[in-house]
Amino acid sequence: MIRSELIKKLEDENPELKTQEIEKIVDLLFNQIVQRLADGGRVELRGFGAFSTRARDPRKGRNPRTGETVDVPGKRVPYFKPGKEIREKLNEG
Amino acid sequence: MRSEGTLTRADLADMINRQVGLSRSDSAGMIESILGHVTHALIDGENVKISGFGTFVLRDKGERIGRNPKTGVEVPIAPRRVLTFRPSQQMRSRVMAGD
Repeated sequence: MIRSELIKKLEDENPELKTQEIEKIVDLLFNQIVQRLADGGRVELRGFGAFSTRARDPRKGRNPRTGETVDVPGKRVPYFKPGKEIREKLNEG
Repeated sequence: MRSEGTLTRADLADMINRQVGLSRSDSAGMIESILGHVTHALIDGENVKISGFGTFVLRDKGERIGRNPKTGVEVPIAPRRVLTFRPSQQMRSRVMAGD
């Protein structure tokens, strides 16, 4: 499923809303999750899962073409931990 | 506005209420619908890709032998399906840059 298919399902269920409003709601939801992680916080959606960030230590890397050693800086990456309910549901079928 | 606490459904509903003008309960209902559709697609075995955000990817793990760490007894771990999330490049950049 991609974003446009999600929008379509929401349109069918909510004929009283304009497409523009539905798009705004979907964008707001996902954008707020990213924003909170960028701000250093986390997002917890019970039953679905939790978004947080994890620190990656700086390390020595290698340029695969030249074999030269390069410093790869530490960084912060998004992380998602699925909720218990969804983990269980995925394995029921 | 920087905020470092935990964002929840209630905060999201608030935001939709203020920025789109739906009632709080309708806003909460929309959040449930969105998460519900994503969940159902995953249960049906479909990956879910939200552009600008990332992709929820299903992975099938084969059976393997595990060990009870307390007793050392070997136990088979059944094949199972796990959910992972691959953030989009845009999300990675925003999280890295802190904005």
